Amino acid sequence: MLSQLALTVNGAPTVVPSGTTVAVAMAIAAQTCRTSVSGEPRGPLCGMGICFECRVAINGKPHCLGCRVLCEPGMDVRTNE
Amino acid sequence: MNQAAYDVVIVGAGIVGAACADEFTRRGMRVAVVDRDLVGGGATAAGMGHIVTMDDSEAQFALTRYSQQLWQKLRFELPADVEYEQCGTIWVAADEEEMIEVRRKRDYYDKRMVPMEVLDSQALRRLEPNLRPGLAGGLLVTEDVVLYPPCAARFLMERAQKLGAKLHLGSSVAQLGQGRVRMADGFEIPAKILVNAAGTGAADLTPGVEIKKRKGHLLITDRYAGFLRHQLVELGYLKSAHSVTSDSVAFNVQPRRTGQILIGSSRQYGAEHGEVDSGILMRMLQRAQEYMPALAQLSTVRAWTGFRAATPDKLPLIGPWPGDESLFLAAGHEGLGITTSLATARILADQITGMKAEIPIEPYLPSRAAKEHAHA
Repeated sequence: MLSQLALTVNGAPTVVPSGTTVAVAMAIAAQTCRTSVSGEPRGPLCGMGICFECRVAINGKPHCLGCRVLCEPGMDVRTNE
Repeated sequence: MNQAAYDVVIVGAGIVGAACADEFTRRGMRVAVVDRDLVGGGATAAGMGHIVTMDDSEAQFALTRYSQQLWQKLRFELPADVEYEQCGTIWVAADEEEMIEVRRKRDYYDKRMVPMEVLDSQALRRLEPNLRPGLAGGLLVTEDVVLYPPCAARFLMERAQKLGAKLHLGSSVAQLGQGRVRMADGFEIPAKILVNAAGTGAADLTPGVEIKKRKGHLLITDRYAGFLRHQLVELGYLKSAHSVTSDSVAFNVQPRRTGQILIGSSRQYGAEHGEVDSGILMRMLQRAQEYMPALAQLSTVRAWTGFRAATPDKLPLIGPWPGDESLFLAAGHEGLGITTSLATARILADQITGMKAEIPIEPYLPSRAAKEHAHA
């Protein structure tokens, strides 16, 4: 069985398998990654670091590419406003 | 048909050409505008969109302040995408020597009823916490505005079109003068009045016009709401912007409504190609970080360049071109075309219709250049 780790997504405790990307953790937690200028919710499109639609705030740092970062224990991930 | 279909043909659909189209149609003239590209696609799209009162000279002050007041009157009619925001400008003084310049500016603006406020070191930090500690202070000029220039140009052009102006995009002008515009494909448009509002292209269309390209770089960040609240410009900008020979950079940052930050600025003569020059870009960013170290933590979206239309005496050319009674100029606005577009259109329309302008027009007349040559 895969080992698991716990992080928070928009403040809610979330458990994911080790090796999960942040973008997938957002999907598991049913949260969107970023909000467009006109207020639309956005999530990963390409999943390979090109489209920039998966931008999230990780540990307070905005505009991180969720699809390019692996979850770590205790990580604080938030929808990028 | 011998009768000309238009009273005025404007060459150039940048902010200046669009403002002229708007003003002329509102005065009842039949107007056509031609541009080889798009509405607001050249320097209008490349620049920052800073509606700023300047005091380099009495003539520059008169034109920028008059035009700023015209923007103020227009603001309630501007659509949301113009992003008009009266955020004010802070002229940042690094040291006590620059605070002397702050006080000189204060006295100058005070006499001319321009609302402003001197900031000491603490007040500056309170207003802009991301500036580095230890800066001497600054001058907050409260009525300065930022907006998004391409949408402003589009608004002005569409308003002109609603009053009957015709817009012809996608074809180049080959020749302009003696009451007709000849397009590259040979098509001719006759009109009593021709306006050369072609920006950096104006000199190519009207031989004898002295306008040089002055290249600039800008960079825009991702969205960081609240990081920056005012347009910030270093007072050293005046030194660097006035240099007519060497390349220069200055700290000049602008908050956008989206939370993005525009970072400038650079000035280069003799650079003809539009590619980003990484050396200049790095110098520009280093200068910005000297004032605002936290900029280094922000991610950027893109960098680009544009060309200002620079005249030898830093004032635009607005008025009749000597030797061709059909031809008028509205060009050479350097880095202030967004600010001064509305005033340019007003005083040009005043000249064409024989009305007295609200500010003295002599400093901007194209004939001044001819006079200088005569005395040289």
